[in-house]
Amino acid sequence: MGLTSDSTGISVLEKEFNIKRITPNDKVIALAGNPNVGKSTIFNSLTGLNQHTGNWPGKTVANAQGTVRHKNENYILVDIPGTYSLMANSVEEEIARDFICFGEPDAVIVVADATLLERNLNLVLQTLEITNKVVVCVNLIDEAKRKKININIKKLSKLLGVPVVATSASKGEGLNELLDAVSIVTDGYIKPSPVKIKYVDAIESAVSILEPYIKQHLNDKLNSRWVALKLLDGDSTLLEAINRYLGFNLFKDEDITQKLDEAINILCDAGITKDILRDKIVCSLYAVAEEITSQTVSFEREKYDYLDRKIDRILASKTFGIPIMLALLGAILWITITGANYPSQLLADGLFWIEDRLSDFFYSISAPEWVHGVLVMGVYRTLAWVVSVMLPPMAIFFPLFTLLEDLGYLPRVAFNLDNFFKKACCHGKQALTMCMGLGCNAAGIIGCRIIDSPRERLIAILTNNFVPCNGRFPTLIAIITMFFAGSVLGPAKSVIQALMLVSVLVLGVVITLLVSKILSKTLLKGLPSSFALELPPYRKPQVGRIIVRSIFDRTLFVLGRAVMVAAPAGLIIWFMANVQVGGVSILNHCANFLNPFAQLIGMDGFILMAFILGFPANEIVVPIIIMSYMATGSMIELDSLEQLRELLVSNGWTWLTAVCVMLFSLMHFPCGTTCLTIRKETQSLEWTIAAFLIPTITGILICFIVANTARLLGLA
Amino acid sequence: MNGSLIPLNFLPLGRKGKVKELTSDGNLRRRMLDLGLIRDTEVEALQVSPSGDPVAYFIRGAVIALRSEEASKIMVEVS
Repeated sequence: MGLTSDSTGISVLEKEFNIKRITPNDKVIALAGNPNVGKSTIFNSLTGLNQHTGNWPGKTVANAQGTVRHKNENYILVDIPGTYSLMANSVEEEIARDFICFGEPDAVIVVADATLLERNLNLVLQTLEITNKVVVCVNLIDEAKRKKININIKKLSKLLGVPVVATSASKGEGLNELLDAVSIVTDGYIKPSPVKIKYVDAIESAVSILEPYIKQHLNDKLNSRWVALKLLDGDSTLLEAINRYLGFNLFKDEDITQKLDEAINILCDAGITKDILRDKIVCSLYAVAEEITSQTVSFEREKYDYLDRKIDRILASKTFGIPIMLALLGAILWITITGANYPSQLLADGLFWIEDRLSDFFYSISAPEWVHGVLVMGVYRTLAWVVSVMLPPMAIFFPLFTLLEDLGYLPRVAFNLDNFFKKACCHGKQALTMCMGLGCNAAGIIGCRIIDSPRERLIAILTNNFVPCNGRFPTLIAIITMFFAGSVLGPAKSVIQALMLVSVLVLGVVITLLVSKILSKTLLKGLPSSFALELPPYRKPQVGRIIVRSIFDRTLFVLGRAVMVAAPAGLIIWFMANVQVGGVSILNHCANFLNPFAQLIGMDGFILMAFILGFPANEIVVPIIIMSYMATGSMIELDSLEQLRELLVSNGWTWLTAVCVMLFSLMHFPCGTTCLTIRKETQSLEWTIAAFLIPTITGILICFIVANTARLLGLA
Repeated sequence: MNGSLIPLNFLPLGRKGKVKELTSDGNLRRRMLDLGLIRDTEVEALQVSPSGDPVAYFIRGAVIALRSEEASKIMVEVS
């Protein structure tokens, strides 16, 4: 039959899907479902910290696996991509289908949204066409109750012919029952007998011609009725997958090709072309879904989503939608700036106190001066700066941002701004990836996976850096405070700071749209792809979960990465500032070399050098500038921004220098981590170089124009 | 205008219509089918984006925003 032992069973799991059983008795459970149904909440609640994430082999689609122990059995949970269907319309759907078909899971949990059961049943029914071993998890049952939607779970289970469990994963309710149901299915205590979808007569007779021949070959490895349907549908991706995973090419069998022709003729005689066939298949699926829903779901209130609609009419209204969005952004930045001030100072004091103790220690053991210089003044001081400058704003910004995410606000941002993105020939979801970039550009780049069309995804990746990340906020805030808000006193000061930061962000958005448009007309020619954006119901955020997730997954992760690059960077900077060639430090040599060009774009050699040395992490740009001016050879701690301002002004800074530094900070090459991420996501060195050059050239051009216009007009 | 067949993007806000035909093909058609936009599905136009496009529609219990290009390929009967 062409099925070698090598191409079946566990080895396929390990080789093709990267799934490893710890013991041979472990059960593999696939977790499927539509997007936005709380699939990852279920996954996280069940597996806790016993999970690891990566990519599906050869694909840039996330693959998360975790283990859970229930009643002395080990279950390996595999979170397959969230999709609306399994018809292989996208890479995600292909992966989901391939895993259900060929990953040989011991059971498939299909997570459905209780408030949207009818549409979610579409995916449930498609899964049931492939395999019997299904447990349906009706999640968000608490939301449904709140909206007075009643679901008869017992009847649903009877009609579907498989176990159905109601859960509300965010509260941890129903998860034990879910695992009980899974164990019943995997242990074979009950034989599920899923509902059969009946198609119109012509399709049924076409399938019946083809099915017996397919059955001979597939040997119960796959549901032959379903494969027959897919062959009629002309699904070439399934043929390739069968060839790949089962090592057999169905079309090599003349019986099958002959019967397929015969079956297609039957369909043609009935006037069913390929498009019509797909319509009929989906219609039959929905007819069953409608029938089942009508028997199991009742709405106590006609307008159960009244509140959601009312909120949307405000948050996405023509008049208030965009102002509210900007106000929210401003508020978040204001809270971040104001809230971070005090802890930043405290952290700096603490860390520099430790530095003094470290120095004492090095002196007490009479370590050579250069050892103390490298380790304390170079590595430790850079680290201390990065931590004290970065940690407080991140620890405030990320939870606030995650809160907006959890509430369901971000899709509204995409909805509000989509027309601008359409005009730039790119995808509305790019607005979402830009929001993510606000936290960290590397995270934004990974987030670009949500955009299906490769062309639009690439545009989103190439332009993500025009959104300033958390690492660049401190630079921007410091310059705004020193040069543009310094004279304002009292609480109005932080408001002005936030307003100016919002303007910088808006400029970043405008540049993103312009560059996207230019890319769409040149390097990445093309028209906008299809767009359907779901606006999910607003959800009550889980405050505890938000804090844990934003602190551990985001803040500490980003900080850890910054620390890893800052330490060696500190080392290099110390050497450059302290090793002298011909009586002048290497840093000065480089800065002098860069100076003529830097002056052209409104800056000076030291500033440009600082941006270059800041490649590992944007946070250290300002410290390097200060260090160079002080010529102390190591980063210093200045007691107040006023002192810092004096230092900068005495080194020739004007308002124009400040503006150009801010512009260049907004528009220059992505940091090292982001570049590596781009390389990984695009799988291409060329596009990584493009992502490096595009913002850099844009920044240089804009700084050049601004600097020279201001000079010509005699403004600076 | 009851009973007349119009593209979905011409459906006035607040009005409902029944899907009668999809004029798109290929991948776009599949996407629309995935959302449950099959014959006789009821669709309500909810609100338009502040930037003018897309429009949010109520489709089978979910709110889905469609750009005018996509909506123009869905013929509905105004109800």
